[in-house]
Amino acid sequence: MAAFVWLTIMTALRILGRNRMRAGLTMLGIVIGVAAVIAMVSIGEGAKRAVQAQIATMGTNVIIIFPGVTSASGVRGSQGSAITLTVSDALELKKRIPLLVDTGWSRRDVLQIVYGNKNWNGPIYGISPSYLTIRDWSFTSGGPFTQTDLDSAARVALIGQTIVDNLFEPGEEPVGAVIRIKNVPFRIIGVLAPKGQSSQGTDQDDVIFIPFSTAERKVFGTSFIGSVAAMFGSTDQVEDLPMAAEQIREVLRARHRLQAEQGDDFTIKTQVDIGKVQEGTSETLTMMLFAIASVSLLVGGIGIMNILLVSVTERTREIGVRMAVGAKRYHIVMQFLIEAMTLSLVGGVLGIVLGVAGAKLTTLIAGWPTIISGNVIVISFFFSLVVGLFFGLYPANKAARLNPIEALRYE
Amino acid sequence: MASLIECDDVWKIYRVGDVDVQALRGLSLTIEQGEFVAIMGSSGSGKSTLMNMLGCLDQPTKGHYRLNGVEVGRLTPDELAGIRNQQIGFVFQSFNLIPRTSALENAQLPLFYRGLSLKEQRVKAAEALGRVGLHGREDHYPTQLSGGQQQRVAIARALVTSPSLLLADEPTGNLDTQSSQEIMRILETLNRDEGITIILVTHEVDVAAYAAREIVIKDGQILSDRKTKAGPISSPVGA
Ligand SMILES: Nc1ncnc2c1ncn2[C@@H]1O[C@H](COP(=O)(O)OP(=O)(O)OP(=O)(O)O)[C@@H](O)[C@H]1O
Ligand SMILES: [Mg+2]
Repeated sequence: MAAFVWLTIMTALRILGRNRMRAGLTMLGIVIGVAAVIAMVSIGEGAKRAVQAQIATMGTNVIIIFPGVTSASGVRGSQGSAITLTVSDALELKKRIPLLVDTGWSRRDVLQIVYGNKNWNGPIYGISPSYLTIRDWSFTSGGPFTQTDLDSAARVALIGQTIVDNLFEPGEEPVGAVIRIKNVPFRIIGVLAPKGQSSQGTDQDDVIFIPFSTAERKVFGTSFIGSVAAMFGSTDQVEDLPMAAEQIREVLRARHRLQAEQGDDFTIKTQVDIGKVQEGTSETLTMMLFAIASVSLLVGGIGIMNILLVSVTERTREIGVRMAVGAKRYHIVMQFLIEAMTLSLVGGVLGIVLGVAGAKLTTLIAGWPTIISGNVIVISFFFSLVVGLFFGLYPANKAARLNPIEALRYE
Repeated sequence: MASLIECDDVWKIYRVGDVDVQALRGLSLTIEQGEFVAIMGSSGSGKSTLMNMLGCLDQPTKGHYRLNGVEVGRLTPDELAGIRNQQIGFVFQSFNLIPRTSALENAQLPLFYRGLSLKEQRVKAAEALGRVGLHGREDHYPTQLSGGQQQRVAIARALVTSPSLLLADEPTGNLDTQSSQEIMRILETLNRDEGITIILVTHEVDVAAYAAREIVIKDGQILSDRKTKAGPISSPVGA
């Protein structure tokens, strides 16, 4: 049996080799289908992984609360225009909701930063020290400021890598240096480890953190003491996020004295919500891929079936001879099935090679991240096999059902 | 002991549209192991129909055909294929070699379906080609061989399994006199030296002369059946 299968495969390859043009055209459907799927899945996976990584840079199990209402389209009308969230809200949430490990807050303004003869317009964040832990910021040098710095409104700052790159010479140590924001000198006590782009595409390393109290009193010059632009909370377990979000909502509604018929004057988003938006897009993508794959495999399969039917007709006499010398039904079936599967597998492998090359080229040319998963390759391979098997069955059976005498007489 | 071939009131009826064509009409025939039989008769008399049935490519519509005591009419297509593979060798008028496939591989074919290892297939097929005088032509394709040589490849393919019965339907029909004689001498040798039963259909008297028994068929029935030589062992010298 092993010899039979082996020889049949060799024969099939030889026949395909003889009709290279025909075989190539027949395989085209499968080649294109498999290549498209592999390339698209690789690009899709790469994009998904990149987004996941970006979402992970938000911190761990983070809840974000903005003042004002987010419209359905997700565009906030006017961030922080309504002054509805305050530091005392954040402190109260922490006190009232045990699920919250910690709460933090921030306010932001874009101001000019001066260091020596260089300057840079960067976003200045006045934050609580807890913000740093909630958002998982770490340091390449120096370290965070503390509650004491907040209490005393210390003039200390933490700067992101982008600021370092723009204000300092390569190799120069920023920690200990003094920068000026609105003519107020700040001593740099830490350089933040880079996070890269956010899921919205903004540079997360273009930041300066200073204590919230210092920002309020010495830099922003706000008339609304205590109001914040965003609040943050975090939970231990990711499963706790929805519950914590609901409790936050209740506490805030009570504190803001909202009547039942009134809507929220704030918006709560958890890290999971943000992830879901992205998952939704990738699901659509997956469905589209599935459709492309199905159509092209179907077309490829029909092509294979067609060419095999032609082959069965062309080789009717040969089939008759094989039957005369003792080929049983399954021998004939196997011969044509193996031929069909060889076609579809060669097509599949070419498709895989082309798809992987396409994905790599996309990374090379467009710079998109791609991830070539072994799974999709194995599945493509398997599917090509199944296509050959499925669409080969009819022609193979047709061949095996031939009457040997008529087949031998066939002109 | 049973005869190799026993046909008992065999009918073959083809239905074409709503007309019945009776190709064989109650034909009875016995052939012993080791015989060399020539079947003759006019065109359309039923010779090929009989050969196909004897070769288990077809089954009788009515009547009994026993090969080595086995009732062929009751066998399934796969069982028929098994018998053809084990016991029967075919030689056709039009050679019927598989195109673009070497002489060796053509001769291997029955062994391939026997499930022998590739090495055994090759050794035996090469040996069979040697026996028909095609030593050194193993790698030739059918298009690179003369008609006579192609028919010799077909004979090698028929005898590679050491069959008990070799059926040749007009094996020299497409060959010139020279090649015909070569083919017939090979068949004669196989019958004489190896005791292979040979049944041969021919229109040519000098081809039929190689056989020891001559059966003439007319309208699906036996018209005459006579021994033309004393026995299968004796044969004309030089022919
Ligand atoms: N498949 C078939 N369907 C219908 N009729 C058939 C079929 N095969 C053979 N016949 C008929 O059976 C009869 C015998 O045919 P067969 O081929 O056996 O003749 P033959 O003796 O071999 O003739 P020839 O010498 O020309 O080869 C013919 O009348 C033929 O038309
Ligand atoms: Mg005939």
